[in-house]
Amino acid sequence: MLITCPYCGPRDVIEFTYQGDGNRQRPQPSSQDLDAWNAYVYDRLNPAGDHNEIWQHSGGCRAHLRVVRNTLTHEISSSGFARGDHKAARHRLETKS
Amino acid sequence: MVERQSPLEPEFHPGSHGNFEHGVEIILSETRPGSILQLAAWPGEEKRLMSSIYKVAGLALPDGAGGGVADGVKAAFGFAPGKFTVVDEAEGLASAFAGVITPNIGTVTDLSHGRTAIRIAGPKAEWVLAKFFAIDFALPAFPVGAGRSTTHHDVFAQIQRTGADQFDIYVFRSFARSFWKALCHASEEVGYEVQ
Ligand SMILES: [Zn+2]
Repeated sequence: MLITCPYCGPRDVIEFTYQGDGNRQRPQPSSQDLDAWNAYVYDRLNPAGDHNEIWQHSGGCRAHLRVVRNTLTHEISSSGFARGDHKAARHRLETKS
Repeated sequence: MVERQSPLEPEFHPGSHGNFEHGVEIILSETRPGSILQLAAWPGEEKRLMSSIYKVAGLALPDGAGGGVADGVKAAFGFAPGKFTVVDEAEGLASAFAGVITPNIGTVTDLSHGRTAIRIAGPKAEWVLAKFFAIDFALPAFPVGAGRSTTHHDVFAQIQRTGADQFDIYVFRSFARSFWKALCHASEEVGYEVQ
């Protein structure tokens, strides 16, 4: 499996660390909305298909990336820097499904 | 200045080794730069950091990911978004940058004692490095001056191409001897010389 880092180019998956589901929305630290916290910690879409994910290029430039990976085929259909771009990726996936 | 000890010393054996009857195709050496710095720009300050590198070191960095330049004495390359490695044969580069890279531009980290610089040169340099790192070493994909961040067995390495068949590899000082030994073993089958 290759992930294309927007800085380094295509690299083997061994250079990357999975940082979790990219669909999670963390409540404000001061939030007392237990349902929101519960959803952040436990609720997952678990799709059979395209999935928003956060990966870190830990064995390269160390940037955090948002990646759309197909959970059936491991095909990476998009990747970009997580900084400032994370919500855009989620929006793309929501409009697609 | 105090003479800096090389971490490679117990395994550093000048001369020809391995299968060199048909000629030496790899030359390994330690470049021992006096200064190895990591410079990082805050988001949006990349251009100002690059012009600071030009101001202090006289190195004009090309735009683009992994872009770099080496003049034989000093070298610089991008290794991550907004981050650059800058190297000088002489000591004291960190204090030269400290006054120019102000806190609103970014940060200066002196890694001179934390990294070891190993040079691999020769017609088989690409071929030997391809045994270690899963990146494209061909000249069109990895031009002279450019830098790459990658790993060898989970150990981080930065590589700058400083010639058509020459690469400088920056590894953690604590891992340098083990990496050096591996590099020697990998070079045995083509014949190598340690200088
Ligand atoms: Zn990267």
